[in-house]
Amino acid sequence: MSFFRHAFQIAAKDLRAELRTKEALNASLSFALVILLLFSFAFDPTAEQTREISGGLLWLVFAFAGALILNRSFARELTNDCLDALVASPVSGAALFTGKCLANMALLVAVELICLPVFGIFYNVRWVHRFWPLLLTLILGTWGITVVGTVFSALTVNLRLRELMLPTLVYPLLIPALMAAIQLTTGLLAGQPLAAELTNWLKLLIGFDIIFTALALGLVETVLMG
Amino acid sequence: MKDKLLYAACLLAAWLVLANLSVILLVLPDEAEQGAIYRIIFFHVPAAWSAFLGFLLAALASVAYLVKRNLWFDALAVSVTEVGLVFSIVNLITGMIWGRIIWGIWWTWDARLTSMLVCALLYAGYLMLRRAVEEPAQRAKFSAVFSIFAFIDVPIVWFSIQWWRTQHPQPVFRGGGSMDPAMYKMMFANWVPLLLLFAVLSAVRLRQERARSEIDALRREAHAL
Repeated sequence: MSFFRHAFQIAAKDLRAELRTKEALNASLSFALVILLLFSFAFDPTAEQTREISGGLLWLVFAFAGALILNRSFARELTNDCLDALVASPVSGAALFTGKCLANMALLVAVELICLPVFGIFYNVRWVHRFWPLLLTLILGTWGITVVGTVFSALTVNLRLRELMLPTLVYPLLIPALMAAIQLTTGLLAGQPLAAELTNWLKLLIGFDIIFTALALGLVETVLMG
Repeated sequence: MKDKLLYAACLLAAWLVLANLSVILLVLPDEAEQGAIYRIIFFHVPAAWSAFLGFLLAALASVAYLVKRNLWFDALAVSVTEVGLVFSIVNLITGMIWGRIIWGIWWTWDARLTSMLVCALLYAGYLMLRRAVEEPAQRAKFSAVFSIFAFIDVPIVWFSIQWWRTQHPQPVFRGGGSMDPAMYKMMFANWVPLLLLFAVLSAVRLRQERARSEIDALRREAHAL
């Protein structure tokens, strides 16, 4: 039980620190909005085209925004050697990782939930009637991004070119999850029911989350403790 | 002694390729539908097998490193990854040449092509990651973790896009069976020299990696003094 208690404490600590400074949140949110804006200039899409690219557009924005949050996740602990203190504390590596994941997840989902209405307004896409299946996709896709991203945030935290290495390593690994999330989002926004082909993508997304969560929990101790 | 073995393996590989080429170019007829270009398959497919063999060995060596913490396994992992990456690029390029002739396009976002490209990208990322870490034990640990992640990812990419209709010819193992037995056998026959080349390149690279870590250790020692 102490595992979950520790994880929640770490998550609460991270969220508290983040909400006081809002440095990752502000950067990530404004970056996401700027990209949403840029896409409309870049493609100037018609209503029909917008529906076809909506999933891809949204998830690229989320992946970019996610990289900013994930970069900060462990980098924040570098000052005053907080990371060493965390590793030395009686919290297990897996609990530390889970806590960080939950905090990153909460931040990224918050950014996504702000982006979604903005996207709906700018691109004239109706999404409210599909909110619950969309939320499910958001949560599953974001979990995939955060679970892989948090491991690599821990791994790249002491590297040269940290800001560059994280997305370079993580985006190719995320391709299956992003692909599934993009297909699901595009399908849902186009009015398809959550059935047939879409459930296949949903299964893929769930499978990805399970496999990589297990792998991350198994390997994170090695990454953090050595 | 070891050098002679490597040279002998190189010569054997060269001789086998020449022998195979004489059969491929002079004995085997043009394929009924594709004409002469089909011959690229004798390099295209064995290169893919060699690449996957390299990535499999890299994943196994990475697990072995994390268990044993012996830098030899790390050196092995980076050697086979590099050689595997080269073979995967050979596979991609030969495939693109074939695609240009048969499909009229260099590239299409099809299951096979995409998963192989993702594979190459991931392992290129692996090599980048190695360059970004200075400390040898830490570099070995991080790259082993990444190698395991990468090896799990590629089959998922492959299965995820299998649901799209695929342009790439069906695999020769399952179903298909439309390939002439002489051509089918030649694909395996030509894998032998490529495997020999794979082994030689990996061995040379492994030795180089060991020498580099020895030099590195000596330099550190000199620094400490």
